[in-house]
Amino acid sequence: MIELNAVTKTYGETTVVDSVTTTIPAGGLTSIIGPNGAGKSTLLGLISRLLPMDGGSVSVGGLDVAGTPSKTLARTLSILRQENQVSLRLRVRDLVTFGRFPHTGGRPTSEDRVHVEAALAHLDLTELADRYLDELSGGQRQRAFIAMVLAQDTDYILLDEPLNNLDMKHSVEMMRLMRGLADEAGKTVVVVLHDINFASSYSDTILAMRQGALTAQGSPDQIMRTEVLSQIYDLEIPIHEVAGKRIGVYFS
Amino acid sequence: MAKTALTPAAKAPAQSPARRRVLGSASRLTLLIWGLAILAVASIVLFLSWDLLGNISFALRLRGTRVGAMILCAVAVAVSTLAFQTVTANRILTPSIMGMDALYTLLQTVMVFAFGAVAWTTAPDTARFGVELVLMVGFSLLLYRAMFTGRAGSLHLLLLVGIVLGTLFRGMAGLMQKLMDPSEFTMLQDLFFASFNRVDPPLLGLGAVVVAACVVVIWRMRHTLDVMALGRDTAVGLGVDHRRVVTTVLVVCSLLVATSTALVGPVTFFGLLVVSLAYRMAAGADHGQLIVVASLLGVLTLVAGQFVVEQFAGNSTTLSVVVEFVGGIVFLILLLRGALK
Repeated sequence: MIELNAVTKTYGETTVVDSVTTTIPAGGLTSIIGPNGAGKSTLLGLISRLLPMDGGSVSVGGLDVAGTPSKTLARTLSILRQENQVSLRLRVRDLVTFGRFPHTGGRPTSEDRVHVEAALAHLDLTELADRYLDELSGGQRQRAFIAMVLAQDTDYILLDEPLNNLDMKHSVEMMRLMRGLADEAGKTVVVVLHDINFASSYSDTILAMRQGALTAQGSPDQIMRTEVLSQIYDLEIPIHEVAGKRIGVYFS
Repeated sequence: MAKTALTPAAKAPAQSPARRRVLGSASRLTLLIWGLAILAVASIVLFLSWDLLGNISFALRLRGTRVGAMILCAVAVAVSTLAFQTVTANRILTPSIMGMDALYTLLQTVMVFAFGAVAWTTAPDTARFGVELVLMVGFSLLLYRAMFTGRAGSLHLLLLVGIVLGTLFRGMAGLMQKLMDPSEFTMLQDLFFASFNRVDPPLLGLGAVVVAACVVVIWRMRHTLDVMALGRDTAVGLGVDHRRVVTTVLVVCSLLVATSTALVGPVTFFGLLVVSLAYRMAAGADHGQLIVVASLLGVLTLVAGQFVVEQFAGNSTTLSVVVEFVGGIVFLILLLRGALK
C-alpha cells in the first residue's frame, strides 16, 4: 500500500503538486492520468524519493520514503523515469544486471544471473542482450531499462510513461506485461500514462490529476465518463463501450 | 517446411557476431591494460637508466624521487578526474577546471600570510601538509558540495563558475603575495616552484600515503561509480545514497588535487587529457578497468614525456607546457563537439 499524506512540491512560487492525500492499494495496476503539466511525473518522483518533498509524507509498503535508507527502499520500490541517459558504453545485459545492485552490490551471483536472464526474456531482449545500448532503437532501449527495473524484483514498481517510444505492438505487450506482474507476481504497479484508453483497458484504479491536485480516483468505470474526463482535460470526450472496455474517442 | 528451415539459419548469424564481439572486447581490454603497463614500466626504466653517469646511486636517488612524484601525480590526477566526472555526470569538468588547484595555492599563500613565512616553512612537513589538507577538504566541501548534490544544473553555468573561482583564487593569492615582505615571498616561492623538474622530496612519502588511501577508497567504490554513471535518478532508484557518494568523491578529489599540486604544481588540463583518452581507448570498460587504464596512461604520458623533453629536446621546454598544450586542445575539441549539451 502506498499512502500519501498532504504531499506538496513547489518550485519557487509555483505549486506543482498541491497537497495530495490518497491511498494506492497494494497489488493491482494503478494509472495516473492527466494533461501535460498536471504534476503526474512529479508525484511519481516524490513517491520514489527522487525528488525531495516540500511538505507531507509518503510511505510505501510501510516504509517512510523520507526516513528510510535509499538501499532499503531500493529492495521494496523500483522507479523508471522518462529520460534515461547513460554515459558509459554498456551492453543490454550489463544494464539489466544493474537492477540487481540493491541486492548484491557489484558482484552478481548465479541467482542474480537467473533474474537477469528472466527479465531479458520477459521483454523479448535475449537476442539483443550482447548489443550496446547506443546501437539500439529508442523503443529497444526503453525495453532494456524496463528489464532492469524487472530484475530489481521489488514489490512496488513505478513507471513514468513506459509507453514512450514504443510502437502499438510493444505498447500492448508492455501493458500485458504489467498486468501479468500485478496478477501473477502480486506486484503493485503504478504507471503514468498519456493514453486514457490504455489506462481504461488495463488498470484496476485510475488517479486523475490536474494542476497539481488529485481531481478524481476510482475504477475505469468511474473515471471513464464524459463528465469526469471533461473536468480533467477540458475536452468533450464521448465514451463508447468496445469489447467490454470503455474507450474515449477524443480525435475529433 | 521452408519456414522451419529458415528459423535456425536466420538465428545463427544474428548471434555469433555478437558473441565474437563480446569475447573480442574483453580480451582487447586485457591486452590494452597489459600493453599500457609494459609501456609504462619501460618508460620508467628508460627514464631511470638512460645516460647514467658519475655517482650512480646519487643520480638514481634523484631520478627516483622525480619518477615517484610523476607516478603519484599521474595516478592522483587520473583517478580524481575520473571519479569527479562520473559523480558530476559530465565529461568536460575536472577538479582543476573547477579551480581546486588554484584553491590549494591560495590556501598555501594565506597560511604564509597568517603565520609568517619562517614559521610556516620551518614547521614539520607532516604538520604543514596535514593542516593544508584539512583546510582544503573543508573549503572544497563548502564551495562545491551544494553545487553537485542538488538537481543537475546547467553545465555551462558550472563551467563558468569554475573559471570564475579559479581566476578569483589566483587573483587573491597574487594580491597577498604582492603585499608580502619580499623575503617572505621568496620563501613562499620555494613552495610554489614545485614542478616536474623540481620535486619536494620530503613530501613524497606523505603524498604516497595520501594517494594510496584515496585510491583504495575509490577502488572500493568502483561498482557504485558504475551505477552513478547511469545518471542521478537511476542511481537513486537503485539504492545509491547520491549525496553521500558525491560528498565522498569531493573529499577524495580535494585530497588528491592538493597532493598532486604540492608535489609538482598545478596542471590544469592533464586530467581531462588522460581521462578522455582512457574513455576512447577502453570503450565498454567499467570503472575498475577505467581506473587502471587512466592511471597507466597518466604515468606513461608524464614519464615518457619528461624523458623526451629532457633527453631529446634538451630541456628547451617543460613537460607542463606540452601537457597543457595538448590537454587544452582536447578541451577545445570536446567543447566544439558539443560535450556541453
